[in-house]
Amino acid sequence: MSTLRIARLVAVKDLRIEWNSRVFVNQVLPFAGVTMVIFAFALDADSVLQRVAPGLVWLATMFSMLVLVQRAFAVETSDGALDALRVAGVDPRAIYLGKAVALGVQLLVLEVVLLFAAVILYGQTVPAGGVVLLVTTLISATCGLAAVGTLYGGLAAGFTGRETLLPLLTFPAVAPVLIGATRAVEAALGTAGAVVSDGWPWVGLLIVFAVAFGVGGALAFGPLIDE
Amino acid sequence: MTTTDPTLTHPDPTGDVPAPGRNTGTRGTRIVGFATIVSMGWLVAFGLGFSPEDRDQRESVRLLYVHVPTIWIAYLAFIVTAVASVMYFFGKKKSLGWDRLAGASAEIGTAFVAVTLVIGAMWGRLTWGVFWQWDARLTTTALLFVTYIGYLAVRRLGGTHQQRARRSAVIGMLAVLEIPLVHWSVRLWRSLHQEATVLGTDADVSMDGLMLFSLFVGVIAFSLLYLWLVLHRTRVLAMEDLLDDRGLDDALAARRSEAGSNQAGSNQAGSGQASSDQGGVA
Repeated sequence: MSTLRIARLVAVKDLRIEWNSRVFVNQVLPFAGVTMVIFAFALDADSVLQRVAPGLVWLATMFSMLVLVQRAFAVETSDGALDALRVAGVDPRAIYLGKAVALGVQLLVLEVVLLFAAVILYGQTVPAGGVVLLVTTLISATCGLAAVGTLYGGLAAGFTGRETLLPLLTFPAVAPVLIGATRAVEAALGTAGAVVSDGWPWVGLLIVFAVAFGVGGALAFGPLIDE
Repeated sequence: MTTTDPTLTHPDPTGDVPAPGRNTGTRGTRIVGFATIVSMGWLVAFGLGFSPEDRDQRESVRLLYVHVPTIWIAYLAFIVTAVASVMYFFGKKKSLGWDRLAGASAEIGTAFVAVTLVIGAMWGRLTWGVFWQWDARLTTTALLFVTYIGYLAVRRLGGTHQQRARRSAVIGMLAVLEIPLVHWSVRLWRSLHQEATVLGTDADVSMDGLMLFSLFVGVIAFSLLYLWLVLHRTRVLAMEDLLDDRGLDDALAARRSEAGSNQAGSNQAGSGQASSDQGGVA
């Protein structure tokens, strides 16, 4: 079987597990929603919330991503499924790609829901001119986040202390995504007078990040889980 | 630091039991250590004594004689970590020596970055009036610090020595990928959001000759300190690994001999204890 076909099987398997367990819908999405609400408590001013809304969307995404990543690898390590995949001779790059795609799909759903929350709760508007930039930003940032999350999730999987290690490794690594995606979304939504054309250099950064960590992760994943 | 032990650099798990009082000092490290003390004394003399105070920064300029060398040596330490990670990962022998060098160098680099950040914050308070500026270079340095704390945490995840080495080598190499991306993004961020800059962090003013020499002394002193620490720390890590291997063997041997003596001796201890001993060995 080709690598891409295996990757698709792994991704479909992960998404099916999520769909059947409903953890994403019943717990992760509500968690992200609660995060958006408590941000409003902490920053008790409408003007401040409007100003920082794009950043809060991405912060909530990253916090929720930690939960998603831990879940994605808990299902693999709890009954030795990852080892079984390796014993079956499955290409680790395919496992990495498949799990990253599954994580990316969930993140994308999460981001869209959070953007809706920002529109409703924080009074954001989405101008028609910014839609292309917004969609491009969401996709490229999601690829970067999924690449980093899957890589470090696989590294920490199955060890005590992984819950605390994962954010320590992930947050410094995804700092460029947080910066880039926040600025690009600000430009797309016109927050604080930003114009759409300001957003495109940031999309460039997000794409470079996604490619770098995608390639690095695919190469490093095999040695990391092969033990 | 009194005995010379040539076998230490090639730890051999099957070798004899190490003599008590064995340590990580050799003639070479003692020379480096002595040179470190001498050059640190020089640094104190030049940094606090001979060098003049700055026209704008006044006495606080003396902090830079520690601030600048520590960050340079920290960069060097992280480069050593990355190179040692590559040597381990792509080397045919999978030598743990490279892994321990990477770990020791990262530990010292992280400590040096911490010194840089603390001294920088003090200098900033005196010169800019604030401890922290969201300047590109400061932000990158803070993220660099956290990244290597993560690296050190990965080293302590557990598992066999080879597992530790492989995982940390991957992280050590990924950090090299990560840091330029972080730096690039942070620079873009700050250049677009340029607020009232109190003072550029680039100290590109022409320096007084004696000041430059004091800085040079600082670089020498901290280079020697790094070298001395890395030599000792690598050897300590080697001894820790040896202790792990040897400790398990010793525990197994002790349990076996205990079980053997129980079987050979009288049965008054009861069969329950003997069987639990067997379980312990298994």
